[in-house]
Amino acid sequence: MIKHLLSAADLDAEHATLVLDTAAELANLSSREVKKLPTLRGRTVVNLFYEDSTRTRISFEAAAKRLSADVINFSAKGSSVSKGESLKDTALTLQAMGADAVVVRHPASGAPHRLAQWVDGSVVNAGDGTHEHPTQALLDAYTMRSRLGRLAGLHVAIVGDVLHSRVARSNVLLLTTLGAKVTVVGPPTLIPVDVGPALSPDLRVSYDLDAVLPEVDVVMMLRVQRERMNDSYFPSTREYARRYGLDVARMRRLPEHAIVMHPGPMVRGMEITPEVADSARSTIVEQVTNGVSVRMAVLYLLLGGK
Amino acid sequence: MAYAQAASSSTTPGSPPAVKLILNETDLQRVVDRIAHQILEKTDGAEATVLLGIPTRGVPLARRLAARIAAFEGVEVPVGVLDVTLYRDDLRLKATRALGPTDLPPGGIDGRRVILVDDVLFSGRTVRAALDALSDLGRPSSVQLAVIVDRGHRELPIRADYVGKNIPTARTEVVKVTLAEIDGTDEVRLVGEETK
Amino acid sequence: MSSTYLVKGVSVLGAEPTDLLIRDGIVASVGGARDAQVIDAAGLVALPGLVDLHTHLREPGREDAETVETGSRAAALGGYTAVCAMANTSPVADTAGVVEQVWRLGREAGLVDVQPIGAVTVGLAGERLAELGAMADSAAKVRIFSDDGHCVSDARLMRRALEYVKAFDGVIAQHAEEPRLTEGAQMHEGEVSARLGLTGWPAVAEEAIIARDALLAGHVGARLHVCHVSTAGSVDVIRQAKAAGVRVTAEVTPHHLLLTDERATSYDPVFKVNPPLRTQADVAALRAGLAEGLIDIVATDHAPHAVEDKECEWAYARPGMLGLETALSIVLDVLGPQWDLIADRMSRAPARIAGLSEHGHTPAPGAPATFTLVDPAARWEVDPTGSASRSRNTPYAGMTLPGRIVATFLRGEPTVLDGKATK
Ligand SMILES: [Zn+2]
Repeated sequence: MIKHLLSAADLDAEHATLVLDTAAELANLSSREVKKLPTLRGRTVVNLFYEDSTRTRISFEAAAKRLSADVINFSAKGSSVSKGESLKDTALTLQAMGADAVVVRHPASGAPHRLAQWVDGSVVNAGDGTHEHPTQALLDAYTMRSRLGRLAGLHVAIVGDVLHSRVARSNVLLLTTLGAKVTVVGPPTLIPVDVGPALSPDLRVSYDLDAVLPEVDVVMMLRVQRERMNDSYFPSTREYARRYGLDVARMRRLPEHAIVMHPGPMVRGMEITPEVADSARSTIVEQVTNGVSVRMAVLYLLLGGK
Repeated sequence: MAYAQAASSSTTPGSPPAVKLILNETDLQRVVDRIAHQILEKTDGAEATVLLGIPTRGVPLARRLAARIAAFEGVEVPVGVLDVTLYRDDLRLKATRALGPTDLPPGGIDGRRVILVDDVLFSGRTVRAALDALSDLGRPSSVQLAVIVDRGHRELPIRADYVGKNIPTARTEVVKVTLAEIDGTDEVRLVGEETK
Repeated sequence: MSSTYLVKGVSVLGAEPTDLLIRDGIVASVGGARDAQVIDAAGLVALPGLVDLHTHLREPGREDAETVETGSRAAALGGYTAVCAMANTSPVADTAGVVEQVWRLGREAGLVDVQPIGAVTVGLAGERLAELGAMADSAAKVRIFSDDGHCVSDARLMRRALEYVKAFDGVIAQHAEEPRLTEGAQMHEGEVSARLGLTGWPAVAEEAIIARDALLAGHVGARLHVCHVSTAGSVDVIRQAKAAGVRVTAEVTPHHLLLTDERATSYDPVFKVNPPLRTQADVAALRAGLAEGLIDIVATDHAPHAVEDKECEWAYARPGMLGLETALSIVLDVLGPQWDLIADRMSRAPARIAGLSEHGHTPAPGAPATFTLVDPAARWEVDPTGSASRSRNTPYAGMTLPGRIVATFLRGEPTVLDGKATK
C-alpha cells in the first residue's frame, strides 16, 4: 500500500478499488453488534485539525476507534498550534509522541505534503485549503458504486465552485482513474484556468447545467459560499441559484436512475433546494455513514501492515 | 504492489528450492473423505454444525467437506466464510493484507457447533484470530478445528480436532497446499526454503 | 599602498591568453612587474566585475536574514563588484538618512560597491512620493527608485514618478504586478496551479502593467526599468515598446531563465518567488529575449529569508530566493560560453542603467581593475550550508552547475582569491 494519502492521484485504479472493496467488507462488519475490531490496537492516530470540521474529525475518530487505534485529537483551538507554533514544530512533537498516522485538515493547500516530509508516520489529507480531500472522494465513489453498481462508464457532473473546491479536485482525479466520465459545471469564473490539462485530459467543462443534466448518472452539488459574490465571481446569490442551483424542476431533467450528491455542509436554497436535498435521489445521509467505512479502510490499508 | 496471501504457490527465481510431494490429488480426496467421516462420527451426524472456512484455501475445503458429508449421510451442513485478517496479531510483520469476505450462513452461529476449516495448522495464530473473530460474531456452543496438514511449531496452546496429515517440518520450510478451485491442481508439497 | 598583482595567462572575454598587471587600482601595462604577486590564471576567463541591479540585503530590519556585509560577501563570491540594494528594508529606504546608512554600511564592508535604491513612495505604500530628490542629492547619489515588492499600481502616481526623476536622470524600476489581479496569489496561474489548488498569479497582471508603464514613459519621455520580467507576453510588450522608441530597459532573473512552475508540485516554498516561476514556454521566450537584447540584463532579485519564513506551509512562506552566488553559473549554463554577451548582460548594461561609471569595463590597460576571474571548466554542486549569505533559501540545492568564481577584484583590491572571500 502507499505510505501517505495526500492526493486522490496517489491511488491508481487497483489501489482505489482495493480501498472501496475493503470499505465494503468493513461496512458489513459495522452492521453487527460488536463494532470494535482489534486490528490497530497499539497504533496511534492523531487528528490534527487546523480548521473546524466537526463532521470530518468525528468520522475519522470513529473510524480509528472502531479499529481500536489510540486517537489523539490535536485541534488548533486552545493549543500551541493557535499560539503560532510552526507546522514543523508540531510535526516534531507528533513524531516524539510516536504517531503512526496523522490525519490533517489545514487551510493551506499542500500543508499535508509538508507534514509528510517531517514525520515518519503516515499522513492522511483530510482536506487542505483549496487543494484536495481524497477521503471525501473515496466515500463519494463508494456511495455511487453502492447505489448504481459500478463506476466505470458512469457520467458524473460536478456542479458549482470548482475553483475553490478540494472535493471537486479529488473527485475528478479519482473518478477518472476509475473510468467514470466527469463534467464540471459552473460559471466560468469558478472553473480554474486550464482545469482540463491539470486534472484529466478527458475532463469536460460546461457552463450550462440544463444541457448536462439529462446525460448524467450522478450530479454532485458543491457548496458555494455567499461571500464569493463579494469577489465578483457571480452577481448575486439569486442569479447563481437560478443558473446553477438544483431545484425540483431541474431535478426532473435527470434520468430516472440518477442520484444527487452533496459533500456537505449544504447551503440550502443556494446550490440545492430543501426538496431536492431530502428527495429519494439524494444520497446525503448515506454519504455520512459511508464516510466511516471508507476512512476505516484507508486507516487499515495505511497502518495494517509493515 | 502485491498482497500477502496464505500459501501462495509462487516460486522464487534463482536456484529452485527442493520440492517434495506430500499428497497428490487422490491422497487429498482421501484425506477430505476421512475428515468428513470423522466429523460425522464426532458430531452425531453433523447435528447443529456449521463449517466456517478461513480464506483463502479454507473456504473451498469447507465446501468440499460439506459436499462429502452430504454424499455420505445426506445431511446439509451450512457453510460460511470467516475472514480473520482484522484479528491477526502479526499484521505489522507483513505488507498490508487485502481483506477477505466474511459470510455467515443464514442461521448464524449462536448455539451451534462451529468447525473452523483451514489448509495448514502452523503457529496457531490464525486460529487464535479466528476464535476472536467468532466471539465478536456470536456465541457458538463449541468450536472445533479441521485442517489438511498439521506441520507443528505451535506458538499457542491450540490443537486440531481433525487432521488430514501430520508432517514434521523445519521452520524454514513451507507447506504449499494447492486446490483445483483456486490454483488449478490438487496437491500438497513441502518446499525447502522460501524467500519472502 | 595597495599590492600589485600579475594575473598570468588569463583569457579576457574568451580571447587569447594574456597577462594583466594590477597596480594602483587600475589595469597597467605589463612592463615593470617586479614585486607583483602572481596569480596563475591559465584556463580562467576575465569578465568585468558583475553588477546586480536587484539585490535585497535586508539591512536595516532583518539582519537575521542578511546584512549588508554578508550579502556583499555573497556578491563578491558570485563575481559581483557592485550591487543595487532594494529599498524594502525596515525602515524603508525612503529618506536620505536610510539610503546613506546603507551606502555607508556597504563602504565599511568593502566587498562590493553597494548602491542604494530609493523607494518611490513613502513607506512603499503607493500613496505619495518619497523625497526622491533628497535621496538623489545624498551621499548615496541615488538614481534608481523602486517600490519593489510592491507595484506602483496607481497610474497617476507612476506617471508623476517617471516625470519627476527626469530632473536628475533617475529611473523608476517597476515591480510589474497589477495587485487587483494577484490578490492571494501563490504561483503562476495555469495547469499546475489548477492541480495544486494554489491561487494563481496570471501572466496578464505583469504584462498589463508593463504595457501601461511603457506608454506612460513614452508619453512623458522618461526612463523606465522593468524588474524581473517573467512571461513570454512581457517580452512581446517590451519588444513593441522598444520598437516605438520608448526608453525602457528590462531585467530577467536567473531563476526565471531556468526553473518552471512544475517545481511547486513539492509545495516546498523554496520555490515560491514573486513574480512566480512560469512555464517552459515562458522560460524559452525569456532566454531568446535575453540573447536578442530585448531583455537588457540579468539581475538576481537575491532575496534572503530566515528559515522560519520558508520552513512552513507554501501559502505562509515569504516569496524570494537566493541568487548572488549562483547567477553567473546559471547564465553560463543558459547562454553557453558567450563571454562578451554575458559581460554585457551582467556588467556593462546594468552599470549603464544604474549610472555606475566605474563598473562595466573590460579589464585592459587603463581600465579600472574591477573584474572577476571565472573557471569555466569547473562544475560544482550547490550546497545551501556553504553559502556566504546568512540565509539558506537557494532553489538550486543539490544541482551541479558550471563555472566557478576564482577571484574578484574591486579597484585593484582582491575581494575573492582562490574562491574564498578575503574578508
Ligand atoms: Zn520584485
